[in-house]
Amino acid sequence: MINPADSSALRKIDLLVMGAGPAGARAALRAKASGLSVVLVDENNDAGGQVWRPLPDGFGRLPGIVAPVEARDGDALRHELRQAGVLCLFGHKVWNVGSNLRTDVISPEGSVSWLPSALLVATGTTERVIPFAGWTAPGVMGLAAATILLKSQNMLPGRRTLVVGCGPLLLAVANGILKAGGEVAAVIDLASRMDWLRTLSALRARPDLLWQGMRWQANLRLAGVPMLYRHGIESVVATQAGFDARVQPVDATGAPVDGAGRVFSVDAVTVGHGLVPGTDVTRLLRARHYYSADIGGWVAESDEMGRTSVPGLFVAGDGAGVAGAAAAGAHGELAALACAHDLGRVSQQNYALERTGLLAQRKQPARFGRAMAGLMALREGAVAAIKPETVVCRCEDVTRAEIDAAAKEGACDLNQLKAWTRCGMGPCQGRTCGDVVGALLALNVGSRESVGYFTGRAPLRPVSLAEVAGQYTYADIPIPKAAPL
Amino acid sequence: MANSFSGADASLRTDRAVRRGPALQFTVDDQPVDAFAGESVAAALFAVGRRELRQSPRDSAPRGMFCMMGSCQECLVWVGQRQVPACQVPVTAGLAVQTLSFRRQHLD
Repeated sequence: MINPADSSALRKIDLLVMGAGPAGARAALRAKASGLSVVLVDENNDAGGQVWRPLPDGFGRLPGIVAPVEARDGDALRHELRQAGVLCLFGHKVWNVGSNLRTDVISPEGSVSWLPSALLVATGTTERVIPFAGWTAPGVMGLAAATILLKSQNMLPGRRTLVVGCGPLLLAVANGILKAGGEVAAVIDLASRMDWLRTLSALRARPDLLWQGMRWQANLRLAGVPMLYRHGIESVVATQAGFDARVQPVDATGAPVDGAGRVFSVDAVTVGHGLVPGTDVTRLLRARHYYSADIGGWVAESDEMGRTSVPGLFVAGDGAGVAGAAAAGAHGELAALACAHDLGRVSQQNYALERTGLLAQRKQPARFGRAMAGLMALREGAVAAIKPETVVCRCEDVTRAEIDAAAKEGACDLNQLKAWTRCGMGPCQGRTCGDVVGALLALNVGSRESVGYFTGRAPLRPVSLAEVAGQYTYADIPIPKAAPL
Repeated sequence: MANSFSGADASLRTDRAVRRGPALQFTVDDQPVDAFAGESVAAALFAVGRRELRQSPRDSAPRGMFCMMGSCQECLVWVGQRQVPACQVPVTAGLAVQTLSFRRQHLD
């Protein structure tokens, strides 16, 4: 029996799941149903992840309002977790994982350590933003940030907002703003109309989402929102009333081309150039990784069940390669099934049977998700166009020019670059800039494989010494007995 | 601290579909801020036009909330004895939030 009040002992369990989005939550549910002892840890206050983020406590829907599909799916999942009695640790940050999978967690009451037989990392993605002049100004924010404001805070990113980047989030955010009563100055999309049309065959697997996408397009047209395809953002300049944002035509690689630019006067810019799988934990545990631009960049090598190269370490969902929320649930269940199998808790026959079913369940939505991920893949031309004086690493104010200079002086992989320039050494641990810096360095010295990735380091989240030390005092320091003279 | 944005004449809070929690007040650098239960400190400050939360370490350039999901650490503020991303802290009545620069000045 686990006693959450006992912070002294290591808590042994079968499976610890990190991240309570669609992949992690479904994995925890299946593990629980298979009789495993499981805890689900998430730094947010409830399950759902970014895609199914709940309304906060205190918020409610007005009478007669039907919740959007994503809210309904999220509410159903949260209900299921409570019904099943899954032990959920919300508001808990994992700050370190040891090689024996010992997982150190900061809870509101202090640091606690779990010792699971298996660890499933389902930490989703972070957003990639390719730097441009002015992108660090307050009021410029990620598309994902705007989504959170709209979805869970009922708030607009601005009265008049420019929506910039690539992928389906562009349409989702622009529509969210219109629906909430805000103005969209324009949608600036790196992709061309043809790029979107090429995804149609994969979209046919999900007629509901295809229909939603078409409705979103129609809403924007109806509202007279300019849609600038094959355009990118060049700069944002602060003005008395907000920003002047300059956009320019680009080619298929995102590189600027000759042609008329345009300036939009706005009070907010939301920008996102795709999603990058969260690999903090798998890098920390030195799992083998590979680079694949089409699924977001570096991901841990894994079999179709989510087993990585490290025994007992599993990955599932977008953090294992972007494939979307609908595919993530089945992926999480596959990983939980594999975990139950590897711990000898499910028969060979049941394993084979359930595996076949789940793989089939995942196939169609993954096809759709991969098509969307393709639209969000990194464009090298856009990276090459970053100006020398532009800050790339926000934490440490490291500019493109400093990165290029380090490369010329011989920094040939990301960790050398980090040591020389402090790029990626700040409190975000390189999550924000890592993918773009890798691409920049690769422009100088060769392939993404040769420049590698930032080595994973603890703490995964900034923690205070007091949080880690907890109740540990001077008297607790073990003093070895002196050797006999 | 300078407010980097002066055009917040119309509210960013929308009244469509969703009912907010009760109105409350918290403080930032000893100044009262109106908000609603359920909002994050970052969102509540953004809604009243206070976009700049800190300055970057080398260039002293203004920074504010960016990722809203606790990853980028741009919106760090002091709450009690902890530096935390303002996007991860829900507002509560009487909550005392301090910006990094305010805390630094008052330690001197």
